Amino acid sequence: MATDLLQLAIYGVVSGSILTLGAIGVSLIYGILRFAHFAHGDLMAVGAYFAFSLVAGLGFPLWASAPFAVAGTALVAVAIDQTVYRRLRRVSPIILLISSFGIAIALRSVVQLIWGPHNQVYASGIQLPWRVGDIVIKPDHVWIVLGAIVLVTALHLFLTRTKMGKAMRAMSDNMDLALVSGIPSERVIVVTWAVGGGMAAVAGIFLGMDTRLHPVMGWSLLLPVFAAAILGGIGRPYGAIAGGMVIGLAMEMSTVVIDPTYKPAVAFALMVLMLIVRPQGLFKGNP
Amino acid sequence: MELGGLLTYGVFFLTQAGIYAVLALGLNVQYGLTGQINIGVAGFFAVGAYTSAILTTATSSAHLGGFDLPFLVGIAGAMAASAIVAVGIGWVTMRLRSDYLAIATIGIAEIIRLAFKNEEWLTNGVRGIPGIPRPFVETLGADPLISLGVVLGFILLGYWMVERARRSPWGRVLRAIRENEDGVMAAGKNVARFRLQAFVFGSSLMGMAGGLYAHFLGFISPEAFMPLYGTFLVWVMLIAGGAGNNRGAVLGAFAIWMLWSATDSLTRELGAEYATQAGALRVLLIGVLLQVILIARPQGILPEHGRRKGSR
Repeated sequence: MATDLLQLAIYGVVSGSILTLGAIGVSLIYGILRFAHFAHGDLMAVGAYFAFSLVAGLGFPLWASAPFAVAGTALVAVAIDQTVYRRLRRVSPIILLISSFGIAIALRSVVQLIWGPHNQVYASGIQLPWRVGDIVIKPDHVWIVLGAIVLVTALHLFLTRTKMGKAMRAMSDNMDLALVSGIPSERVIVVTWAVGGGMAAVAGIFLGMDTRLHPVMGWSLLLPVFAAAILGGIGRPYGAIAGGMVIGLAMEMSTVVIDPTYKPAVAFALMVLMLIVRPQGLFKGNP
Repeated sequence: MELGGLLTYGVFFLTQAGIYAVLALGLNVQYGLTGQINIGVAGFFAVGAYTSAILTTATSSAHLGGFDLPFLVGIAGAMAASAIVAVGIGWVTMRLRSDYLAIATIGIAEIIRLAFKNEEWLTNGVRGIPGIPRPFVETLGADPLISLGVVLGFILLGYWMVERARRSPWGRVLRAIRENEDGVMAAGKNVARFRLQAFVFGSSLMGMAGGLYAHFLGFISPEAFMPLYGTFLVWVMLIAGGAGNNRGAVLGAFAIWMLWSATDSLTRELGAEYATQAGALRVLLIGVLLQVILIARPQGILPEHGRRKGSR
């Protein structure tokens, strides 16, 4: 029983790492643009499929195709912002949310058009897992967790040490003050989309490594990602880390007592509980 | 196609569009009047469909019930069940910003979908519920025209209720909440309660649409709902027709359903080997259409009464 729980905890940390990378993007975008970006899950899928094209089409190893997928997805995110969201920004955050719902559906259709509706995998065959006592660890799982730690650290350094990172935090904390102090808001918004899109691409690739690629892979992760962002305090990227881990662990550990098909319900229940008890999240967000 | 076939298709088309019109009216109460975002339309629709199916089918060992009750009891039950689900979700989110409601409705729709698929004792799982009687089949017969008439009757009923609500002082409070929540609160209104009422009212209309759908098709299964695309179509219908305008909601439903059906017959020309790509292409077109409408004509075909052009 104890080893079972430990095993589940390992899976939980792995899926928590994936959720964290998605939730950071959602939180950053919310902090700067004040709207819940519903196309974020499908951006993840786009990133995962970009990497798949390089792996399956050109025979790249996955680690080498990841940077291209990140750049490509960041570009897609910025392009969507410049063609669609930019025109709606002045109207209202609600219209932006509805628009992003449409973008989510459109992105998924594009994925289906290009790569087909079937399941795909990066590498077929079974990975030889490592055994530590009764615990089974797949090498992919180690890469996912290490990758997430590196990215989160890099983001932390970016937000605290660079001028652009500080400008992003300033805009998120107090938009009016940031604008009167001459922060180039359009440039900050573009960088926010690039960072959020890039993180989403990595989350998508990790999800593809952990499970498989499918056109709805991103949308089905949207609810846990938002649950993680809300739990951590939406608009607070550091909270997203805590939220991602809590949701990831809770979803995996819950399989001890309930049917695994209801994993999304666990994320939902935690989110609802948080909304009742402490709507601003663990780290005070912008409710 | 010969005339008889065309007529049959026309009746089929109008009935389906009519069911979407009821959904669009329900969403109009929530989004058009109150500014609430419900991405779980398909969830409330499914609750209504299953409730009415269980209430009206003959007793079966495959699922809960059936209770063999009359059609109108089934529809009333469908509205009540959707309303109960809406009270639960609304109670939690009404005090919060509209984004939280949007996320919560995604969650509730997903859980409803999972439950209907996996809880075989309740819904017979993926095999679905067959043998749902057509409306008033015992007195009026099974002519598809009867179903169309019944659906049109329910559109009129829904339109009358929502239009009355919109013109009433209650509807004015909802629109005031949408425009300026703090102002309404300062005027001493209980904003959360009005929001909850609007959300429950809209959701019960969606449940009604679900009930109509079950009786019209005669068979429902978890696959029949196109969970996300259904929700998305209703949104495009409302935005295209004109959010806040009930005639716009109905008009948008028929216009977008016509477009959706037209693209279906176009893509069918491509043949079976491109069927999945063609389906994706249709959805992509509707997704792009939504962006074009939001940017170029956000007020829709029929703008809301008393609203200046482009002020939303």
